[in-house]
Amino acid sequence: MDIAGKDSMATKNTLGAARAARTDGNSRIKFFIGGLLIVSAVVYLIFTSTQNASQYFLTVDELAAKGSTLAGREIRISGAVLGDTIQYDADTLTLRFVIAHTPGDNKEIEAQGGLAAVLHKAATDPNARRLQVEYKGVKPDLLRNEAQAIMTGKLGDDGVFYANELLLKCPTKYEEALPEQAEAGQ
Amino acid sequence: MIVLFGYGAMFITFLLALYGAGAAAYGGLKNRAAWVESGRLAMLLTFPMLSLVAGILIYLLVTNRYEVAFVYNVTSNAMPAYLKVTALWGGQAGSLVFWSWLMAAFASAVTLRRWERDREFLPWVVFVSMVTIAFFVGMNLFVENPFERFWFSAGRGEMQAMFPPAGASLIQPNDGRGLNPLLRHPGMIIHPPMLYLGFVSFVIPFAFAVAALVTGRSDDRWIRLTRRWTLVAWLFLSLGLVLGGRWAYDVLGWGGYWGWDPVEIAAFMPWLTGTAFLHSVMIQEKRGMFKRWNMVLIILTYSLVIFGTFLTRSGVLSSVHAFAQSAVGPLFFGFIGIEFVATLALLLWRWNDLGSEGQMNSLLSRESLFLVNNLLFMGILAVCFWGVIYPLVSELLTGQKVTVGPPFYERATGPQFAGLLLLMGIAPLSAWGHSTYKTLGRALWKPALASLVGLGAALAYGVRDWAALLGFWLVAFVGSVTLYDYARSVWARHKARGENLAVALWRLVERNRRRYGGYLIHLGVILMALGVIGIELFQTETQGTLRPGESLQLSGYSVTFRELAEFDTADGRNVARAVVDVTRNGQALGQLYPRRDYYYASQQPMTIPGVRSSMEDDLYVLLVDWQPISANGATFKVYHNPLVNWLWFGGLVFILGTMVAAWPDRDPEPARARSAVGKAAASQA
Repeated sequence: MDIAGKDSMATKNTLGAARAARTDGNSRIKFFIGGLLIVSAVVYLIFTSTQNASQYFLTVDELAAKGSTLAGREIRISGAVLGDTIQYDADTLTLRFVIAHTPGDNKEIEAQGGLAAVLHKAATDPNARRLQVEYKGVKPDLLRNEAQAIMTGKLGDDGVFYANELLLKCPTKYEEALPEQAEAGQ
Repeated sequence: MIVLFGYGAMFITFLLALYGAGAAAYGGLKNRAAWVESGRLAMLLTFPMLSLVAGILIYLLVTNRYEVAFVYNVTSNAMPAYLKVTALWGGQAGSLVFWSWLMAAFASAVTLRRWERDREFLPWVVFVSMVTIAFFVGMNLFVENPFERFWFSAGRGEMQAMFPPAGASLIQPNDGRGLNPLLRHPGMIIHPPMLYLGFVSFVIPFAFAVAALVTGRSDDRWIRLTRRWTLVAWLFLSLGLVLGGRWAYDVLGWGGYWGWDPVEIAAFMPWLTGTAFLHSVMIQEKRGMFKRWNMVLIILTYSLVIFGTFLTRSGVLSSVHAFAQSAVGPLFFGFIGIEFVATLALLLWRWNDLGSEGQMNSLLSRESLFLVNNLLFMGILAVCFWGVIYPLVSELLTGQKVTVGPPFYERATGPQFAGLLLLMGIAPLSAWGHSTYKTLGRALWKPALASLVGLGAALAYGVRDWAALLGFWLVAFVGSVTLYDYARSVWARHKARGENLAVALWRLVERNRRRYGGYLIHLGVILMALGVIGIELFQTETQGTLRPGESLQLSGYSVTFRELAEFDTADGRNVARAVVDVTRNGQALGQLYPRRDYYYASQQPMTIPGVRSSMEDDLYVLLVDWQPISANGATFKVYHNPLVNWLWFGGLVFILGTMVAAWPDRDPEPARARSAVGKAAASQA
């Protein structure tokens, strides 16, 4: 098998085959070291970047429980937006609103009837823990009552969460089981 | 009635796909040609059947049949007809139908090729395609049924079901929710179909690879047969990614094009393995090496295609691509798991047959540089995969969800992308088999010298950031190598045959489309890199509230607020439209009209930037907020995005290059005949 292989190569590239015989063992080691270098460089990059750029992904309850231990750390947090609390100061592009605690676990969300139901419950439940958020920038189009806000930022000493990134999810925009007409007809 | 008909057609397609897979496998195992032929015909039929299903669904969408839950959720009376058609892929159930429909189109096309040769592949190609179709249609049948309707019964309230529950009557809403306005952008309308086309056409090379494994053919026949399929798959996937970026740039209003969002990464990962595959198959064709590796790559690509479809559809990960959570997740995982284990087992079974025919001799040879290219693509894949699953892993291990954001991806992939660019400059000039520093240096010194001009230009322009300088130099280096290679070959033809330069260029490319199409793709990539460097490293922004007549200054531009008008449109929008004057260094450049549309039906605002584009830069003006009486002023955010249009222009060159490489040859056989002669010679020896 091996011999046939080398011969077929020889028909294509005599020079290469002739040199192959000479540099066999030597080049294997070279390739091994070269490959190892690249692979370890990639592993190093992944490892250090993970350390540098990882953020805790917390719910409002978890953040309250951890409290000051997270001071100064980048945190990612999610919760339900309370529509009445949205204030926007266009002069300074300062956006302030309050989010209410929603469970972070997918199974729990599923058990409570899906994301839309969970967000609705959080926004209407006066006992759900709340968190004041401040964000500087353009007011996102999707910001509205009962949207899910996913933010990256830091918890300030004043208990306000200062977000530098704000993503919004509106599950009701895409899929929801029943039309409002049907609800009205109940 | 027609709803039931559509459901019935879907059910029959499901049975047909299962039958086809079974018949083909049985025929393949027992060597019964009639069974295989029957399986082939079943596969041919899936396309008309799924066209019927998709056609009925589109009919329901266009005719406003809101009693169907899917129609209710994605369309509304106010939407124009073309948007109602494209609403097919606006929701989960419909996109799965769309996926299977495209898949069936490709599968049927494969059955129609001339199967006189390589007929032993046929049963397994049919088997793999049909299992894939059966899985997706099954999903639609049992989990995500697009034909479910709303019912109401006195006892149980309203519900959603396929068949009328006892004593229930149909609910007939007057209007639907409508497609999210953010998705009503031309880029978003063609972006999902392109991605899906890319996804499904990767199934075909995978099916041939499995066929090669099952039948025990260890040559590169399956690769040659599917080379064009792979390129087409790759073309669509690339187009989908570029269009997605353009959509984000135009619509999402943050002046960016790529956010390392898990869903974007999900589409990017099969592109990475696919690109690695496109490069490494060349080594198998030329040198008979990397056979196992190529199998691994195509298996990975297929798995990532399914994984990508799953990620965008399961809600496992949080992202701006807000799709619903649903029960499809575990099923997808199950399917990927079974497929992955089964094909890897198949590969291990054939492991010894797929030994290398050649050997790596020289660290600088073309094949070893291809190997490095593959390692880097896998490295980037590893970064992406790790980033996507890290929250899940950390939650499993520590009970604490920890995520990584864009800085992670940028930091971990940046050096690898730079490495790939460097390779792109070196590899085209290195020789197959054997290459030394000396031979490589001799080939490279001229373009390397030319690239210093690019570096000098950047320095003269005042660029001092080392990352930017390195980037500009790499772009110049790859550009000069590629153009040098073109020029050298054209000149040689011109000298040898007396053809004029244009004819020589045409003939050259025509004679070796794959090579020169590939180099055109490389040129596209570096042009895109130029745009990426521009926007990533040199983007500037400012913001402020202006009264009429006041201005904002940014990078030599001046944006002056003139007036603002608010009005309602016939299609249910309230539009607030500002007029701003743009000048640069005192010279008037015309007006921009940033605006904010408010969709009454979905209560959704949408910000549409005013953009002044040139190859040098984009001035990107957003209307953030305004006072009801325009005299009080309005707030703007302004971005200056240097070089960003090279990103889109490079994308076009890239696509053009792929088309050149994938264009059918007039006579595809000679290359194969040559390789057959080579094989014969080898076996005689």
